Amino acid sequence: MKELFILAVVTVFTLVTYYLVEPFAHSVMHKHVESEHFAYADLPALTKTGDAARGKDLVMGAGACSDCHSISVAGMPARMDAVTSAQSYGVNPPDLSNVGVVYDAKFLAALIKNPAHALKVEHKYTPESGKEHPMAFFAGAGGDIDQEIADMVAYLQSIAVKQDKLTPKMAFETACGRCHAMKYENWTQIGEKPAFKMKKDELAFDIQVIDYQDALTKYMGKLPPDLSMYIRSRGEHYISTFVENPQHLLEGTAMPRVGVTAASADKVIEHLADAGDTKRFEREEVGKKVMIFIVIFALFSYLWKRSIWKDLH
Amino acid sequence: MAHFTKATSVHDWLNQRLGIDTVRRVMATEYWIPKNINFLWAMGMVLAITFALLLVSGIFLLMYYQPNVNTAFDSVNYTIMREVDFGWLWRHVHGVAASVVFLVIYIHMFTGIYYGSYKKGRELIWISGMLLFVTFSAEAFSGYMLPWGQMSYWAGMVITNLFSLGGLHADGLVEWIRGDYVPAQAFLNRFFMLHVLLLPLAIMGVIGLHFGALRIPHVNNQDGEELDFEAEAAKYKAGDKKHSKVIAFANDFMSKDMFVVGIFLIFFFYLVFFHYDFAMDPVNFDPADGLKTPEHIYPEWYFLWSYEILRPFSTNVGLMAFGFAQVIFFLLPFLDRSPNAVPASRRGLFFIWFWAMLIDMIVLTSMGKVPPIEPYGSIGFYAALTFIGLWIALPIITMLEKKA
Ligand code: HEC
Ligand code: HEC
Ligand code: HEM
Repeated sequence: MKELFILAVVTVFTLVTYYLVEPFAHSVMHKHVESEHFAYADLPALTKTGDAARGKDLVMGAGACSDCHSISVAGMPARMDAVTSAQSYGVNPPDLSNVGVVYDAKFLAALIKNPAHALKVEHKYTPESGKEHPMAFFAGAGGDIDQEIADMVAYLQSIAVKQDKLTPKMAFETACGRCHAMKYENWTQIGEKPAFKMKKDELAFDIQVIDYQDALTKYMGKLPPDLSMYIRSRGEHYISTFVENPQHLLEGTAMPRVGVTAASADKVIEHLADAGDTKRFEREEVGKKVMIFIVIFALFSYLWKRSIWKDLH
Repeated sequence: MAHFTKATSVHDWLNQRLGIDTVRRVMATEYWIPKNINFLWAMGMVLAITFALLLVSGIFLLMYYQPNVNTAFDSVNYTIMREVDFGWLWRHVHGVAASVVFLVIYIHMFTGIYYGSYKKGRELIWISGMLLFVTFSAEAFSGYMLPWGQMSYWAGMVITNLFSLGGLHADGLVEWIRGDYVPAQAFLNRFFMLHVLLLPLAIMGVIGLHFGALRIPHVNNQDGEELDFEAEAAKYKAGDKKHSKVIAFANDFMSKDMFVVGIFLIFFFYLVFFHYDFAMDPVNFDPADGLKTPEHIYPEWYFLWSYEILRPFSTNVGLMAFGFAQVIFFLLPFLDRSPNAVPASRRGLFFIWFWAMLIDMIVLTSMGKVPPIEPYGSIGFYAALTFIGLWIALPIITMLEKKA
């Protein structure tokens, strides 16, 4: 039939144009990076089985983790408030309560041994720069250093919530929250912004945030962006491969490789979607219903046309 | 003064005052449309419906949008997308409709070109159509400024810069258009006004003109056959609908239009809910930042072909080529020197011209988006030359055309 032939021609030209301006143009403009499934293949595998009880002593003692980090589940408060911490270290070291589930075990071990290496920021801490990473590396407590590190990792895993209890928000706060604000979820780098009764208190809070951001900007070279709408501006694939290894997509960037597990990366991305694509489930639901409605509308309009045109042919 | 009698019904009351029966006859039941047409003749109705969707969704968005450089981005991405019930739906409908309307406009235009529907009394339909194309383009561009994202800002910067007119260095003109040295509050405010008031008014006026221009010449048909509308209408009215070559606008033509609209809406809502990214550029979900130029700046897909006519040349030549591309379609009825108003398939060289023009514009469109690295830079350059060459060739090949 002639009309179907014309429809086919229109469709083919439309699809060709679509292909050229969307998939094709994007493939030219943006480097495509394949996911490595958060395997961290460059880091050595853990060879020792850790002991959580010994790990606890190391974390609180010789490892000195609690000098800089709070561990709220273990009742270890922060030594300094977030702003002072950032002014000393550049950024507020994250609370260690859930790092055992958020971060990959192999990555944690490598981080304790050599933070700049695991975080892939060695380009910032070359011998010539004279700078050292603010997180002190662990030189060993006198025994087998690999065993000691495995013990600490085992301890951190033992205190963390179980994987299925880890919420998207917790994953985000532990892994990204010290650097990235998220205005649409009321998140600032120093924590959730409370509702204030007095304008004065609110301003005082805002000033703390600004002080923190100043320190962070000095440390990172630029202020990490607010991630509220990043799920729409970058998309899931970009964010996931960027988090896995920021250097692949932005060479020389100051954002460290954070070392999250694949499951935690999914949680983080879910949190970004909760902020920037809040209505995605509603959209699916409503979408299905509208499609059914429109198909029925088209059917009825077809029947109407047939009933009118039977006198015309 | 006219003579009024006591009304026998509401209908009669209105009829005495507004002549609704006459209006209905002239606009609907005795507005004759050729029977020999295909679904491409429903594109006008599809455009009217899409414009209605834009208008309604736009009114809803307008209730929450804030034209202020500090709050515009959040009023769209937070208030409308998260807080307002179904705000996301209105925004997606508006964004997708703004993109799809151009697809349909291009189909509608190329239909007109293919069937020669811009000649023999239909020149004004074509010219008013082109006015619609221009006002829609301005409407789409001004709307794109409103979310005040990175692409709004930088596309606004690049496009308003064109008004420095290259070697003329009319920087004063650029500042006058922006109301500032760079796109800022004054810029956002005036594009807001254009987008929600002046341009929609202009569009509605021009749609009126477009429809008015259609009434006397009637629409063309699939074979370019010249119909004796009075004789055919008489046949129709006498009850011989089967042999009459015309149908009434309502309900005959309408019922077919509505079926096409139904199919179109399936496609449209599929895009709204499940495939909207092409119409809402990801880059525009980063807030405007005058200190950070995006890696790639490109206009929306429907402007790419003319952008690509600008880009491959040096500034001044590019601007002239761009100016040429903007006005040349207006002149189509006069550059086509052939008296034949029949489908391109019966017009020899013009048939080749038609497909060459269509394919060339698709090539330009795709090259307009990618960065001008090789081979894309050269492909774009030659496609732009081809575009200009085709228009220069048009009067010649149509003059040579034999009477069909
Ligand atoms: C001298 C202070 C200091 C000590 C001691 C320290 N850290 Fe840190 N740690 C930091 C700082 C500062 C950061 C943030 C670095 C950054 O974001 O660039 C950090 C980051 C981390 C992170 C997050 C890394 C990531 O991928 O984002 C973990 C996990 C961590 N530390 C665990 C530990 C453990 C376990 C110990 C004990 C073995 C420890 N830290 C000892 C200062 C310290
Ligand atoms: C130690 C600080 C730090 C942490 C922790 C951190 N980021 Fe970043 N991030 C940055 C900095 C700095 C930039 C800016 C990078 C640039 O532009 O070079 C950045 C940029 C980004 C970008 C934008 C990249 C682009 O294309 O512009 C994304 C997305 C991102 N981070 C996601 C995350 C996520 C998700 C997490 C948690 C899993 C995270 N970041 C943790 C510092 C951090
Ligand atoms: C964007 C808003 C527009 C609307 C709402 C619109 C609407 C219509 C309608 C309802 C018709 C009659 C039915 C049909 O043939 O489809 C029509 C015909 C026509 N339009 Fe448009 N139109 C628009 C834009 C344009 C443009 C951009 C052009 C080209 C420059 C154009 C050129 C024509 C021509 C040549 C006809 C006559 C077709 C024929 O005689 O067969 N229109 N338009």
